Amino acid sequence: MHLDHPETFPHRHTWSSAAPTLPDGTRRALRIGLGGPVGSGKTATVAALCRALRDRLSIAVVTNDIYTREDADFLLRNAVLPPERIAAVETGACPHTAIRDDISANLEAVEELEERTGPLDLVLVESGGDNLTATFSTGLVDAQVFVIDVAAGDDIPRKGGPGVTTADLLVVNKTDLAPYVGSDLDGMARDAKAQRGDLPVAFTSLRGEDGVRPVADWVLERLAAWTAGRPVRAAAV
Amino acid sequence: MSTRRTALLLLADGRFPAGAHAHSGGAEAAVRAGRIDGPATLAAFCRGRLHTTGLVAAALAAAACAGCDPYALDAAADARTPTPALRDTARKLGRQLLRAARATWPAPELHAVAATRPRGLHQPVVLGLTARAAGLTPHDVAQAAAYDTVSSPATAAVRLLSLDPFDATAVLAGLADAMDAVAAQATAAAEAVLATGSTDHLPAASAPLLDITAQQHAAWPVRLFAS
Repeated sequence: MHLDHPETFPHRHTWSSAAPTLPDGTRRALRIGLGGPVGSGKTATVAALCRALRDRLSIAVVTNDIYTREDADFLLRNAVLPPERIAAVETGACPHTAIRDDISANLEAVEELEERTGPLDLVLVESGGDNLTATFSTGLVDAQVFVIDVAAGDDIPRKGGPGVTTADLLVVNKTDLAPYVGSDLDGMARDAKAQRGDLPVAFTSLRGEDGVRPVADWVLERLAAWTAGRPVRAAAV
Repeated sequence: MSTRRTALLLLADGRFPAGAHAHSGGAEAAVRAGRIDGPATLAAFCRGRLHTTGLVAAALAAAACAGCDPYALDAAADARTPTPALRDTARKLGRQLLRAARATWPAPELHAVAATRPRGLHQPVVLGLTARAAGLTPHDVAQAAAYDTVSSPATAAVRLLSLDPFDATAVLAGLADAMDAVAAQATAAAEAVLATGSTDHLPAASAPLLDITAQQHAAWPVRLFAS
């Protein structure tokens, strides 16, 4: 019988991301979630962030594909990170469940990456493409990015929804396409401001040179706050 | 039944955050093969799963809840799970359930399992330990395990076939008496294990087709569910 064991064991698993330290007392990696509709450029943003930051940070990625390993395979094919730093979580046709309502598989993937590859600075958790209400649990990530794009319609910021309204950073991607699809970038910025108040918005075109820079800078600011033990979320600063 | 009915409802709720939502209990493979194509075939699938995998899971859970050695039960679960893919799935779901259980009903024996078996125990064993920590009885958790065995494929069938959710729920209601009977049978087996100290009293009913298709499903390049 091993029941009611009198010894106090070190805990391998944290219950949630609420605890900022690992069992050995060191500070765990900062966890940033990236969500948004299908095709808005989440995986491309993750890939660009890895390329921009991998030389100075130890990074790992968790993908949440809806029914394939497409996103994980994209990252592997483009060799943005070594294979052991990429983990894919399966979501049973419900991506928002896996990042918000039942985060156990994602927490496990994050912890396994951290154990497998040694100390990490940053773990990016990419949601499967979903709808405008999909947000990450605060038990899974420390801050979240919501990625939309100009080609899906410039009324998305006006429509709002929890992703657009509450994400710590709203990324409006594919700005290079705006002239071709008739999207009004100034109007999107105004609508986003009305929905989000002082929360930041980044306009990106990943096709351009260093196009992910605004997002990378935002991540580095969050990481600096995390490392210093200050609040990570912009709203709390 | 214990008097702690609310704790049982909480544990048996499909929304309990222990990772089950990503698993179909073999339904995805059965749908692809055409063996589940509507309410009638879903009912037949669920009945088969209940009396095989379900009975074994319910007995394992009841025995763990009764205080039998969880590590011996885990070995017995391995012996009753010939397919590597299903062993992996059972341990993965066991780890995820343990995480939720430790936060929901913290107990030294749950923490001890996490520390001594970081790769996890089979999910039904963890379910039994969780029920024990929640103050439930072996019969309670046998019912929860039996219900879990059929509710996963029913929920998955709704997503995979766009099956009418009322029909799927009616299938579960139609199996209620069978679930109660399986829970009673599993509880009796768990009592025998506790009395004799031998896991040989656990049922060993198997569903070879579920084993085979689970291993095949694990190799599919494109799928909606993890198992």
